[in-house]
Amino acid sequence: MKILVPVKRVIDYNVKPRVKADGTGVDLANVKMSMNPFDEIAIEEAIRLKEKGVATEVVAVSIGVAKAQETLRTSLAMGADRAILIQTDEDVEPLGVAKLLAKVQEEEGAGLIILGKQAIDDDSNQTGQMLAALLGLPQGTFASKVEVADGSVSVTREVDGGLETVKLSLPAIITADLRLNEPRYASLPNIMKAKSKPLAQKIPADYGVDIRARLETLRVVEPFSRMAGVKVADVDELVAKLKAMGVTA
Amino acid sequence: MKTLVWVEHEGGAVKDATLSAVTAASQLGEVHLLVAGEGVGGVADAATRIAGVGKVHVADDAAFGHALAENIAPLIVELMGHHDAFVAPATSNGKNIAPRVAALLDVMQLSEILSVESDGTFTRPIYAGNAIATVRSKDARKVVTVRGTAFEKAARDGGSGVVEAVASTGDKGLSSFVGAEIAKLERPELTSAKIIVSGGRALKDRPTFEEVIFPLAGKLGAAVGASRAAVDAGYVPNDYQVGQTGKIVAPEVYVAVGISGAIQHLAGMKDSKTIIAINKDEDAPIFQVADIGLVGDLFKIVPELTDKL
Repeated sequence: MKILVPVKRVIDYNVKPRVKADGTGVDLANVKMSMNPFDEIAIEEAIRLKEKGVATEVVAVSIGVAKAQETLRTSLAMGADRAILIQTDEDVEPLGVAKLLAKVQEEEGAGLIILGKQAIDDDSNQTGQMLAALLGLPQGTFASKVEVADGSVSVTREVDGGLETVKLSLPAIITADLRLNEPRYASLPNIMKAKSKPLAQKIPADYGVDIRARLETLRVVEPFSRMAGVKVADVDELVAKLKAMGVTA
Repeated sequence: MKTLVWVEHEGGAVKDATLSAVTAASQLGEVHLLVAGEGVGGVADAATRIAGVGKVHVADDAAFGHALAENIAPLIVELMGHHDAFVAPATSNGKNIAPRVAALLDVMQLSEILSVESDGTFTRPIYAGNAIATVRSKDARKVVTVRGTAFEKAARDGGSGVVEAVASTGDKGLSSFVGAEIAKLERPELTSAKIIVSGGRALKDRPTFEEVIFPLAGKLGAAVGASRAAVDAGYVPNDYQVGQTGKIVAPEVYVAVGISGAIQHLAGMKDSKTIIAINKDEDAPIFQVADIGLVGDLFKIVPELTDKL
């Protein structure tokens, strides 16, 4: 079974995003970029399934600027077998991404497509569900455990009240949550090896789908920020403040 | 604009997040509801009483019993033939279902809206709440999920909606529900609690977390939350997590105990009315957002506080 893993190049999760002064967006010039952390978890899960003998090939795919190649090379260094870059300078929205991925899946025929549950830039949390809809496939979102057996996959999902398990027919779409696994670091020899793994170059026009933006961002602003309040000296002062607010046992 | 709100329910009751979604929908236009599930007559009745609702579409079928997106999305798509906007609460079920509906309608969804500016323009958080975008949808129909803490809850009474049964679109045979481990809470639910006491990594281990945090929460009638670090360290289950990837909360009072205040955590609680921080590190970022801070050893402070309240 083949596993397809879409990955996105985003601002590194340790970098605090700064809103541009002109309100057009977040400043990404000279900012460290990395693989979306949830996508790293997705890649890791695919590689583990290959190591267990469940999967035979892991294919990473990214839609984005030329530098998204670096993100794909990271996937290859972690253990993916080959990669596809669909290169564009446009910001493609989740619906457009899902349409491109649906076309990639038509060509690849993967048994599982594992995505991160959301990208930490636009926080949409949509692409996996949309891809499942377009392909008419089942979806196991916010996965914390994945088990493939007998032509189906059991997915344990992180839901509001706790955990829920669903059984999906294959092929299926899975979106990875934080606790699915802890992604490995690529070793130096594997980083070197990744340089010679195949990386196919495509453009959106190769797939013949309409990916024009449906949303227009009018402005981006800093959130309302809180001011630091007062520090109290001891518990008695805190209790007095709480009582003044009407908070009592 | 005619809106359709998906009603999330549990144990025969409409969940709070749905009431916030109803308020958001009412700012777009007429509010109609969809109650889908198995044996949902009681929920449908309750839904008709929500203030301001019109029709309550009811689909009663085992196929809808566990809110499986594969079965519910086609039902919603049918109903969207005569609605202009689909609105769902941004809960784990809402987030699972809405994008599937959006793609089937060929609409680009707006996730976790914070406000309705006009029919097609909304605000929503991006970059873990570090920026707020004002976004206009060019699609004819709209699909949005609603962040519950950003909208008042519609009143549970006062409405006079009319039930209309809709035919089931059936079980698509793609997925099935196996089971759930839903924590039985003796305390209020995080997202609707008035007071929350949250603990961080400084709580050391599971027994210590329970020993220090639970009595204070119990005394205040508060829900218990945790930072991602505390959840990852296994002090409490994942559903306690407050933060960008956990639950977004905005209680009257949020007590952060031994939480340093990572961006990720602040994104989940910074809309709380009053934030109280207890931490031994006086430079911890949590103090930059706290209304009341107390620097010191939480293992001395919290028991003393619990005792003196």
